[in-house]
Amino acid sequence: MPAAIPLTLELAGLSTALLLLLGVPLAWGLARGRGWWVEALGAVIALPLVLPPTVLGFYLLILLGPHGPLAPLLALAGLHTLAFSFAGLVIGSVVCSLPFMVQPVRSAFAAIGPAPWEAALTLRAAPWDAFVSVILPLARGGIVTGAILSFAHTLGEFGMVLMLGGDIPGKTEVLSIVIFNDVETLRWPEAGALAAGMAAFSFCVILATLRAEARMARLRA
Amino acid sequence: MSLPRHATRRHLAMLAVLGIVAFGLRPAPARAAETSVAVAADFTVPAKRLVAAFEQKTGDKLALSFGASGQILAQITQGAPYAVFLSADAERPRKLAAMGLAVPGSVFTYAVGRLALWSAQPSLIDSQGKVLQTGRFAHLAIANPQSAPYGAAAVQALKALGVYDAVAPKLVTGENVAQAYQFTASGNAELGFVALSEVLQDKSGSAWVVPQTLYQPIMQDAALLKAGKDDPAARAFLAYLQTPEARAIIRGYGYGTTP
Repeated sequence: MPAAIPLTLELAGLSTALLLLLGVPLAWGLARGRGWWVEALGAVIALPLVLPPTVLGFYLLILLGPHGPLAPLLALAGLHTLAFSFAGLVIGSVVCSLPFMVQPVRSAFAAIGPAPWEAALTLRAAPWDAFVSVILPLARGGIVTGAILSFAHTLGEFGMVLMLGGDIPGKTEVLSIVIFNDVETLRWPEAGALAAGMAAFSFCVILATLRAEARMARLRA
Repeated sequence: MSLPRHATRRHLAMLAVLGIVAFGLRPAPARAAETSVAVAADFTVPAKRLVAAFEQKTGDKLALSFGASGQILAQITQGAPYAVFLSADAERPRKLAAMGLAVPGSVFTYAVGRLALWSAQPSLIDSQGKVLQTGRFAHLAIANPQSAPYGAAAVQALKALGVYDAVAPKLVTGENVAQAYQFTASGNAELGFVALSEVLQDKSGSAWVVPQTLYQPIMQDAALLKAGKDDPAARAFLAYLQTPEARAIIRGYGYGTTP
């Protein structure tokens, strides 16, 4: 159990960092893009919201396994499979939490509208500079919300980890799995303590997000 | 969370309509009182076959639920409406009887489980199980030794062979023996300790039937639960499991039966 807390935080932290790198540009493309592919891509990104984690876990188990499309790459790295590894869980968490990052950031970009971006370009700002010094600060609220939600969602991820992780202490045994094992083996006081801790933590995260959003709304008004 | 308010309301209305439609389409329950049987995951296939044979004989309807024995026990203590429990061990039905949740005297051994080391690769496992010593594999799948009897038996066998400490870093744990089998079948784990019954159903790959001297016999016990106390179909099914016909079916799936 003691190893599970830092491991879970590490998984959530690393996944959130990767999601920021991946999700913000994706959200920008979705907010600015025109055409049928925008909604198609948006729908694909939103899929993890509605698919059961068992479906995602099953796909990932095949995809990351020795007979999957990534197998030649894995073999080059001297690996047999990415299942049962921390790296595999990071990939799974990024997939599962992608909508929690992209959705709020996309909304924030859309709310800014095209004017600031076009003004910056008219003033001869390089696109990269305009994005970093004009757009990102304006979308700060959405990006913070996305990061907090992704972090919190990864902390609580269970089904995907159960399908893919193989329950290895220190590598893939995250808090939700520890709680599950405690319940199964009737160690209910331990399960109860961890569950209460997670519930309290999640409450604080959601409260912080809602308060931040309310403050942003007041500032805008 | 950041959706415009009117959009959220429209979506909610749509969801509500969908929910009402789905509720209307929901099939009516086939029978008011279906007898519910909870079965340990390893016994999934034989249980389906036994239930089919029983239903044909008697016309009674049984509904099967599958899970890890530990999970089912936890559910029963919380009031799950199972009438019959086919556990993968002897300890849990005993515990249920002690807690007053199973009918005293109803517990009996319906099958003796056997452990096999199995790989989806045709030549990985030799007839002596020496592969465990040579250690040429990255992952060895077992069921959770704390909650699944086949997992506990796998750990006993590894210790009896004197290789437990050497292979411990390579162990990956499935929630139950069916998941250990699935980890191995998908190739993510090169080999795994599974139920012999699972190996017999799919004769591909390579396997070693673990000698029964290496682990405590996996006595799989059945119990009539409090919820099934007055259910004639539940009692009839438990009686059927002890007939020569049912015992022959059980042995056909790689289990032993007690004399």
